[in-house]
Amino acid sequence: MTLDEFFAIGTTVTLGSYTFEAEAIKAFARKYDPQIFHIDEEAARKSVLGGLCASGWHTAATWMKLNLETRMGAVWSGPGPAPEFGPSPGFKNLKWLKPVYAGQTITFTRTALSHRPIASRPGWRLLTLRSEAFDSSGDKVLEFESAVLVKVE
Amino acid sequence: MTAKTWAYEEFVEGASIDLGTKLVSADEIVEFASEFDPQPMHLDEEAGKASILGGLSASGWHTCAMFMRMLCDAFLLDSTCQGAPGVDLVKWKKPVLAGDTLAGSVVVLASRLSRSKPQLGLVTLRGELVNQRGESVFELENSIMFLTRDAAERAA
Repeated sequence: MTLDEFFAIGTTVTLGSYTFEAEAIKAFARKYDPQIFHIDEEAARKSVLGGLCASGWHTAATWMKLNLETRMGAVWSGPGPAPEFGPSPGFKNLKWLKPVYAGQTITFTRTALSHRPIASRPGWRLLTLRSEAFDSSGDKVLEFESAVLVKVE
Repeated sequence: MTAKTWAYEEFVEGASIDLGTKLVSADEIVEFASEFDPQPMHLDEEAGKASILGGLSASGWHTCAMFMRMLCDAFLLDSTCQGAPGVDLVKWKKPVLAGDTLAGSVVVLASRLSRSKPQLGLVTLRGELVNQRGESVFELENSIMFLTRDAAERAA
């Protein structure tokens, strides 16, 4: 099988959905992002965002949670050992397109875009991904492009 | 409403803001990872040592969240912040290991008033976290919206 087939290049995978309940929004925000529109319903209503909404980092971290629950890569049929996923060097062009309000159910996706060798790390390739999240009306609330190192030999 | 210390006008191009330091504990690494990124190197010291990261290491998303908290405590909670449209880039440059002390800073790369909403300014920041060995472990660039001082006072 080719690496393109293994990574399912170009195929969008739906990772699952998560409902952002008010208590979970506030619990995350109290630890990491205690701005009023993430921790206080009343103050949030009067704020620019118009209601209690999840920290953008909470939405992004939830993508990671669901991402891990849906395996990346097909079952490797060879030749040679199965590719192994390693760490990520980062991401770019992350956009919080709409607030995620308390009670909303968000559906997350992942699409493998391409992969290339890494000159400084023989045997490893860099896989790039585009990830997105949508609310129940189908409006996009999050998108970003990330990368992950993969050991291929 | 008490006047906020930080409005759009405070973010002058080239200005540097100290975010203080943050000690990263093993417990909080495991707590965050258990919920959002339960991979072995974020949950277990031995698994971390056996991995390419070399020890129990924070999820990259946890590092983002820790940076956000440092930003909040340094100035964002005492500012006219109106949210952020996104993050242009994040680089996870080196592992963040249990016991590390991270020193944070941001530099103002650019600032401009919104054309359509003159009460709002967009401030572009570059943030960085450096560990106790002087290694840069994390870099971020993003733009944050702030009310101008006048607009904040009118709204108060």
